[in-house]
Amino acid sequence: MTNTDFVLAIEDLTVSFDGFKAVDGLNLYVDKNELQVVIGPNGAGKTTVLDLICGKTKAASGSIKFKGLELTNMVEHQIVRAGVGRKFQTPSIYENLSVFDNLEISYPKGRTVFGALMFKRTPEVKSRIHEIADMVYLADLLTTEAGLLSHGQKQWLEIGMLLIQDPELLMLDEPVAGMSVREREQTAELLNRICKDRSVIVIEHDMEFVKRIAHKVTVLHQGKIVSQGTMDHVQSDARVIEVYLGH
Amino acid sequence: MLLGYSFSDWGSILAMQGFAGLSLFSVLLLMALGLAIIFGQMGVINMAHGEFMTIGAYTIYVTSKLTEQYFPAFMPYYFVVAILAAFIIAFAVGYAVEFLLIRRLYKRPLDTLLATWGLSLIMQQVFRSIFGGREVSPTLPQWLMGSWSPTATIDIPINGLFVMALTIVVTTAVLLSLYKSRWGLKVRATTQNRSMAGAVGINTKKIDRITFAVGCGVAGIAGAAFTTIASTGPTSGSQYIVDTFLVVVFGGAASLLGTIASAFSIAQAQAILTFFMTNAMGKVATLLTIIVILMLRPEGLFTSKIRK
Amino acid sequence: MYTLYERWLGGRQGAIGLLILALLIFAVMPATLDVFRLNLVGKYLTYAFVAVSLVMLWGHAGVLSLGQGVFFGLGGYCMAMFLKLEASDLISTARQTTPGIPDFMDWNQITSLPAFWQPFHSLTFTIIAIFVVPAVFAYVIGAAMFKRRVGGVYFAIITQAIAAILTILIVGQQGYTGGTNGITNLKTLLGWNINTNSAKYLLYYVNGALLVGVIMICRYIVTSKFGRLLLAMRDKEDRVRFSGYDVSNFKIFVFCFAAIISAIGGAMFTLQVGFMSPSFVGIVPSIEMVILAAVGGRMSLIGAVYGALLVNYGKTVFSESFPQLWLFLMGGLFIGVVLFFPNGLAGLYQTYAKPYVDPMLDKMSGKRSASSRIQVGEKERAVK
Repeated sequence: MTNTDFVLAIEDLTVSFDGFKAVDGLNLYVDKNELQVVIGPNGAGKTTVLDLICGKTKAASGSIKFKGLELTNMVEHQIVRAGVGRKFQTPSIYENLSVFDNLEISYPKGRTVFGALMFKRTPEVKSRIHEIADMVYLADLLTTEAGLLSHGQKQWLEIGMLLIQDPELLMLDEPVAGMSVREREQTAELLNRICKDRSVIVIEHDMEFVKRIAHKVTVLHQGKIVSQGTMDHVQSDARVIEVYLGH
Repeated sequence: MLLGYSFSDWGSILAMQGFAGLSLFSVLLLMALGLAIIFGQMGVINMAHGEFMTIGAYTIYVTSKLTEQYFPAFMPYYFVVAILAAFIIAFAVGYAVEFLLIRRLYKRPLDTLLATWGLSLIMQQVFRSIFGGREVSPTLPQWLMGSWSPTATIDIPINGLFVMALTIVVTTAVLLSLYKSRWGLKVRATTQNRSMAGAVGINTKKIDRITFAVGCGVAGIAGAAFTTIASTGPTSGSQYIVDTFLVVVFGGAASLLGTIASAFSIAQAQAILTFFMTNAMGKVATLLTIIVILMLRPEGLFTSKIRK
Repeated sequence: MYTLYERWLGGRQGAIGLLILALLIFAVMPATLDVFRLNLVGKYLTYAFVAVSLVMLWGHAGVLSLGQGVFFGLGGYCMAMFLKLEASDLISTARQTTPGIPDFMDWNQITSLPAFWQPFHSLTFTIIAIFVVPAVFAYVIGAAMFKRRVGGVYFAIITQAIAAILTILIVGQQGYTGGTNGITNLKTLLGWNINTNSAKYLLYYVNGALLVGVIMICRYIVTSKFGRLLLAMRDKEDRVRFSGYDVSNFKIFVFCFAAIISAIGGAMFTLQVGFMSPSFVGIVPSIEMVILAAVGGRMSLIGAVYGALLVNYGKTVFSESFPQLWLFLMGGLFIGVVLFFPNGLAGLYQTYAKPYVDPMLDKMSGKRSASSRIQVGEKERAVK
């Protein structure tokens, strides 16, 4: 298998902050329609890997190929337009705008200056927004100011804002943090549904949740992969136990 | 021969302009140090910083007049006491300003900028009401007058040497207290992670207030230095504010070493350029260069790479 | 019809606000004021252009420029250069060493018209220049800063430094710019004497019409997706960037647009007041223009006009009779608006007057209007 068959192929990726190697010669592959969960103790470099993929942080060396496209020398909005969506650790939504406006801003039309000036709210746009709102359990809250949503609903809204762009690779940083048990279940259902036609990378600490969604689990520690495989495989791996309990 | 000057002329020009640059460097650095503490460490934009310098300058003026009138015998020594007074008064005013104004505006940098601009207008008018619109100068002690001539063509004024010595002392004191003292540790802890600093028992509000006041106090000392090279008017300080901000930004806001390096390069560039061009064009050339460099390297000269 | 009403006029509240403003500018003021005072109001309204530009830039995009005076000045100087060349014909300058060039050049021993003055013989060129020169200048600054993600306080300080540089440059290059005095003794526009009363009336109306037009264009932008993107960028820039937008392009566009608006104000200033000088370019006038927008309410286009009228009226009244008091007042205004009225006059209207005005309007129109969506920007939270 060559690395162009993967949706995402990360090779020899390294970045350091003032001498500290946050990501150290990392190799990571994501298949088509795969939901891969990345776990690891604090400071393992999980968020940094997402930052590197979406262009927020520039790599010192190595390559990130998305469908054969080199991402390391592209800027953020180009990476998004290529089909990579990313949810941040703390919900990042527009608190002063309504849920509808939040989704409309994320709608992938009118992305240039003049496009945005001329953008029209067509029936097509509206139906797409309703469709997505339905998917992320916010159909009744479209006119609500986003700042008034519960923490869990904000997480969903941000996921919805990514889904409306129909990305081929979706990266979610701690999507169920601050959610109730019921909300976690709904989110798991949502993720299982949306990974049908796209690849998803999830960073998560909640092992119950990971078990419910993961096709493959990758354990990171000190910027390197410690173990990779099914949830059962990873959980019985001595090195993983060492990383989490040890020193 | 180059541009009509002989090589020994060139040496003298560079030495004297370089020295003129050093005097400017001293005032700029003292101003910028205060601002680096307030802006670099606390993130507060204080557009009234120049007025705290003016407070220091007027303090020197008043002390000199009082000494002249009541303790003429004390004249040779008053300047040292006056510098201390300049620091204390600017510190006290800064303490009050933080309490009344600044603490309500943390996390709203652009609003702080506008409010402190308003403050600077008010302070300028207060100076004008008390001291009048005309510029005043303190009577400097005899030992500050005169100059030192190592060669026939080089002429270095004593007051410049004094200001430089003062700058070195103050800079060292600021660096030591920020990086070696308990207070400095608390300040750096507070600026890096306010809630964590609060959680480990640091009174962050008090630290903010004192840090701001110290920054203002250092500006007061800059005012003292200023009186030795120019006369003081109500708007003397405000003329330095843009330069001072550029010095701090150019050096990399969080780095005191950067502030020192950038104050030095800006002052030297300006002093040497003004010799060959008119004053105005020298200043334009310097400011333009800074802006162009800042556009190429917006984070300033000295910064560290961290995950944001 | 819908687009015109909702988008250009800003719905019911916007349309009524604009109507009242238009009545005030076009009917009330001319009916009650003599030509001298009306000309003064016209001058204040040229500052309103800058205040409106700052509402777009600072209020909506969150980018505070402390150098809007630069663009006001560029527009004003372009206009002044044209008028000065017309005033410097061979007959009126016959007594100069070099006839046919502006008087201040002659005083500065300049013997031929500098190349960059030449094209300003043409009015068409001048009008194009009033738009293009500030836009290009803003583009260069904006592209350099926003592409490198310089924003917030840094942008404010650098624009302030640019205002300082331009002032020093204009003052220093007396022979080319007229120095501290600026470009004075402007007389005619294509032979039409701009100092007569009838000209002053006409220019006042042209100025008012341009201002209302500019506000309508701003309304259109603010209510478009672009406008919502600006608010989104101001509050969560990273999210916008990671939604596939090139954030810097949007900021550059607003900055250029704001520069052009300010320049129109500057050009109208020159026409109505009859001169242009560096005292409208530098740090102090630039930051005073921010206070106009702040007093009116940084999010409110109409408020900016009232802010400009009110503050400048206050300045005229106080600085003539109690100059000391004026600086205290101005300083107090900066502090007071920021601390206690962050939404300015518009905020006061929203809190105190609107609850009474709206039911009255509902009764008059007999139905609820769908203007609520448009107000999103105006009910912005005070603290950000």
